[in-house]
Amino acid sequence: MPRWRMPTCASAALAAAGLLLSGCANPSVGSANDDPTAPVTLKFWHGWSTPGEVKAVNDSIARFEKLHPNIDVKATGNVSDETINQALRAGGDKAPDVVSSFTTNNVGQYCDSGMWADLDPFMKKTGLDKHKTFPKTLLDYTSYRGNQCALPLLADAYGMYYNKDAYKKAGIERPPRTMSEFEKVSKKLTIRSGKNSYKQVGYLPNFRFYQNSPDRLFAQWGPTYFDPEGNSQLADEPATYDFFKTTRQLASAQGGFRDLERFRLTFGDEMSSQNAFLTGKVTMHLDGEWRGLMLDEAKAKFDWGVAPLPVPDDQAETYGRGFITGTVAGIAHSSKHQNAAWELVRFLTADTKQVVNFANAIHNVPSTFAALKSPDLDADPTFRAFFDILENKHSKALPPSVNGGAYVVSLGDFAYAVESGRVGDLRGRLKKLDEQIDADTLQSKS
Amino acid sequence: MAMTLSNPARRRLRTLGFLSPWLVGFSVFFAYPLIATVYFSFMHYNQIKEPTFVGLRNWTYVFEQMPLFGPALRNTLWLVVIMVALRVVFGLSLGLLITKIKTGAGLFRTAFYIPYLAPPVAATVAFVFLLNPGTGPVNEILGTVGISGPNWFNDPDTAKPSLVLLSLWGIGDLMVIFMAALLDVPKEQYEAAELDGAGAWSKFRYVTWPAITPIVMFAVVTGVVQTMQYYTQALVAGKVASGVNIGPGSVIQPGYPDHSTLTVPQLVYQMGFQNFNTGAACVLSLVLFAIAMAVTMLLMRKRSGLLSAED
Repeated sequence: MPRWRMPTCASAALAAAGLLLSGCANPSVGSANDDPTAPVTLKFWHGWSTPGEVKAVNDSIARFEKLHPNIDVKATGNVSDETINQALRAGGDKAPDVVSSFTTNNVGQYCDSGMWADLDPFMKKTGLDKHKTFPKTLLDYTSYRGNQCALPLLADAYGMYYNKDAYKKAGIERPPRTMSEFEKVSKKLTIRSGKNSYKQVGYLPNFRFYQNSPDRLFAQWGPTYFDPEGNSQLADEPATYDFFKTTRQLASAQGGFRDLERFRLTFGDEMSSQNAFLTGKVTMHLDGEWRGLMLDEAKAKFDWGVAPLPVPDDQAETYGRGFITGTVAGIAHSSKHQNAAWELVRFLTADTKQVVNFANAIHNVPSTFAALKSPDLDADPTFRAFFDILENKHSKALPPSVNGGAYVVSLGDFAYAVESGRVGDLRGRLKKLDEQIDADTLQSKS
Repeated sequence: MAMTLSNPARRRLRTLGFLSPWLVGFSVFFAYPLIATVYFSFMHYNQIKEPTFVGLRNWTYVFEQMPLFGPALRNTLWLVVIMVALRVVFGLSLGLLITKIKTGAGLFRTAFYIPYLAPPVAATVAFVFLLNPGTGPVNEILGTVGISGPNWFNDPDTAKPSLVLLSLWGIGDLMVIFMAALLDVPKEQYEAAELDGAGAWSKFRYVTWPAITPIVMFAVVTGVVQTMQYYTQALVAGKVASGVNIGPGSVIQPGYPDHSTLTVPQLVYQMGFQNFNTGAACVLSLVLFAIAMAVTMLLMRKRSGLLSAED
């Protein structure tokens, strides 16, 4: 082959490969041209896994199928977000039509990427007024920049479970309401065992402990993560400094991070009978509303109660707030039966009777105005305490972002370094964290 | 009219025919993925929307703005140097020892080989359980003799050495390869060396070592390539040791504790399949590929140098 031809051939081969690759790169595209009354089988992927939860999901589907005899729903449980993501990106016949996620963190990514279909046209078509149906906080965390690609499928509110027997023993009359009270009560409830271990800890602030991811406790400060232009502003947010100072003080008051961390490593699995709160190793615990049902089912050997988590001393008037998140549901972009899929999503998320039944069955907070007011809701006061947290005007959810929960992960990594005492210059490091979050966001934009 | 081919052309065609299975495999499993990786490294692509050309943005992001790239690369190289070196030394020592044992050699061979047969995930889970600082038997035993054991997988300073210990526990594969090489060294050479008055060290230095050099080089090269792709054990160890519950709504964040066990392949997975940042994942893959190629070529040149020196 003459020498001049070689680069030409190589360029042509590369160009052809590029065309081939870009062609291969397009996953299948769905459509909303289907007739929702025609016989169809829908695939529904969700994350619920315990026998009680799976039964509740299957009961919900049975109720739906009774109302829509032409739609057959095949449900698959215990599916992680990662699996759903891969399936939707790959597309094809095996991919689900209706999907749900246990976290609101990734909604921004789902909406921006187009992976979950925009639901507004469906709502318009079927006359569902989202503003009259769902609370604003919940609508905010299921949309991104005007694209409502998900709807809330029950909500989660976070509060504080406390061991009433331990309180009585220590002479504590009521749950703490401010962070300084929290520190005193935690210290009082902490019982050491030997030089570097514990019999019981008041409140374990370590960020890797079960549900204690930093964003959940940080919600008590009501932080603003991004400025109006969408830039990270953690270094400019005064709450950030107070939050880290308080968590470190909480740890110090009970023996310090190292000892507490070592104690944490002796705990059993969060969802097992060896849960540290259930076994009395921890007496105050940040957790969601589902824990109450679990404590009842496990027949906890102590009297327990629920209260909102304390708030910073200078924001005492916001007591009653908490972190809000929830399960979300949407329609896969690749579904060929999007109108039928919408019928299922609408039933699961907006049908009052269904939402109430499902909320009672799995002890999650209802996510519609009508369901929250329903007299059929479980009257258990410890469960209802979370409704107040959800409806509290100061309660906070995480803002959606184009790259999903990447900024929450970055904050988490940073918080691990802070709690272990490896961050000296907090202000400088926070500025770097902001820069990193902004760079990650920019990188994810088209 | 039938086409007639000249002899050289026919020969070339026949050669190509014999080569074709390899060529197909090479094209599908190496050339195409490599071209795809280069192509996507210049694209913004989230695996849903059409890829768009972004020039060098992914490259500058990885090298200038991705804070985890440095720790991941350092961890990977640390593991390559320390883990490969210790595995070779330990595997060779074990091979030498076992070939010398007269009675019960089979028992020792089995004992050292069995851990290698355990699936990587199961072996890692078991090892993390053994080294749990709070409840693990290793620290409890150390405690009985008055030693306060380290936090092993839960301390950034000891997490990587703990991974090395885990890899030494599963040394069975290398031990068997070295044993085969050691048993292949002609006995006459040892006898001749003994007649010349060589001691144990001299026999190893002047008889054993030259004979097994190609095998050592093989172990080093394959070890480097494997460790460059180190993923499963680090991810599982971090996940289990952290004790963080992984539910359907959560994702495993690799590198626990404090990114001390984060490797480049884990970062590739995180970027590509958790963040759907395909372009950055491709850049990371290419960096890893370039380093692996460079190190392998260097070692191969060294090896050919060694062999020609012997010749």
